[in-house]
Amino acid sequence: MSEDTLLTTPLDALHRELGGKMVPFAGYAMPVQYPAGILTEHLHCRAQAALFDVSHMGQASLHGAGAAAALEALVPGDMVGLKPGRQRYTLLTTPAGTILDDLMVANAGDERLFLVVNASRKHVDLPHIEAHLPAGVTLERHDDRALLALQGPAAVTVLARLAPAVAAMPFMGFAAVTLLGAACFVSRSGYTGEDGYEISVPAGRAVDLARALLAEPEVMPAGLGARDSLRLEAGLCLYGNDIDETTNPIEAGLTWVIQKRHKLAWDFIGAGPIRDMLDNGPPRLRVGIQPDGRAPARGHTDILGPDGAVVGQITSGGFGPSCNAPVAMGYVRRDLAADGTAVSLMVRGKPLPARVAPLPFFPHRYVR
Amino acid sequence: MSDLRFTKDHEWVRLEGGVATVGITDHAQEALGDVVFVELPEPGREVEEGEACAVVESVKAASDVYSPLTGRVTEVNNAIVDDPALVNRAPDGEGWFFKLALADEAAFAGLMDEAGYKAFLETN
Repeated sequence: MSEDTLLTTPLDALHRELGGKMVPFAGYAMPVQYPAGILTEHLHCRAQAALFDVSHMGQASLHGAGAAAALEALVPGDMVGLKPGRQRYTLLTTPAGTILDDLMVANAGDERLFLVVNASRKHVDLPHIEAHLPAGVTLERHDDRALLALQGPAAVTVLARLAPAVAAMPFMGFAAVTLLGAACFVSRSGYTGEDGYEISVPAGRAVDLARALLAEPEVMPAGLGARDSLRLEAGLCLYGNDIDETTNPIEAGLTWVIQKRHKLAWDFIGAGPIRDMLDNGPPRLRVGIQPDGRAPARGHTDILGPDGAVVGQITSGGFGPSCNAPVAMGYVRRDLAADGTAVSLMVRGKPLPARVAPLPFFPHRYVR
Repeated sequence: MSDLRFTKDHEWVRLEGGVATVGITDHAQEALGDVVFVELPEPGREVEEGEACAVVESVKAASDVYSPLTGRVTEVNNAIVDDPALVNRAPDGEGWFFKLALADEAAFAGLMDEAGYKAFLETN
């Protein structure tokens, strides 16, 4: 895709002003890093707070009294039981029991669910959801809203300066909040393993809000590079790498997203194959992989078992700045999935020693 | 000035007494971002011009470093293995990668000079 066919977010000019290195991502021109660099941005997020533009992600609302019940037929999570002011991570599933996308769903009150889906999948997800809506439930796309993520231990202090009420929000809480006069939706969540917020803001007010947050001494802008290394250390899946339309949630280690009612009724799309894998055990499992040496192992690296046979592949891998070591995750044959199991990684034609490691690599620090 | 040459793969080569010192250019380290891992060739290895013989990895990606000329690796810079960020801090100096005893010293002159490399960067 050439540079001039790329979409831009409402913060595009600000990224360029800040010296962001713009790269194509999911059809958008996005900053992979700013002049400080990925290492500094990553470490700053863990130490203080980082501001990410994630406006490329898909935002939408489901309106209507039957919205939760309608969505519940498409995901393994409890939507009817999701209380106002609460958000939940869930999956859109295929009839084959694989993952169409992962997404956040919040109950915004007033018979409204607020959804955030992946940028690369919004063109698939939103028509899929619309095709399954009963009369009286409508899907509203929020192409007129930007999405900012303020992440890190100082995020609460910073955002509370603009709206003190956000300090009292619980992890995965969701609220309509006025920030600098703009009507925002704020959730206490993120993709870094740190405490923090995702802020849906009207596109026309996004630059003002971003500038105000960046003006706070704790905050540094961070790009997609740091976002990726942070989420990898936090053991969080990236759609298209770690999960996709070939992955069953059970083998992805996402069994926890299947909630009680769904485990009794098994009535959502793809429930049959997912139940089969839960009952019979997955042939492979998503695990953390810790190389013994310093060489990072990237996505698509073959994982070898003790006998030298290929037993799986790395799906995400790189250098973890907070771990000061290479970190990775991937799928291995189930009999090799126990923590501490010795494996080898074929990096540039050489088998490098590594071990199956517990996830996350860096402990989550969400407020509870 | 005349002893410094460049390749299209963004390596620099400095010739001193028949030995070529090789590193990556400031442009290359800037494009890579924070270097977190370096793998160097074994001293004594015979390398061909254009052969991948070292690896440099940033947080984001891995890149090969190619031998700019044919020759034998005589020495490698283990300082960048121990402190990969040295490649970012001093790409033209302390962050050098390896030294080559050239098979054909005359081939050195065939590489781009600094003006040629600058022109190459502007058109690529």
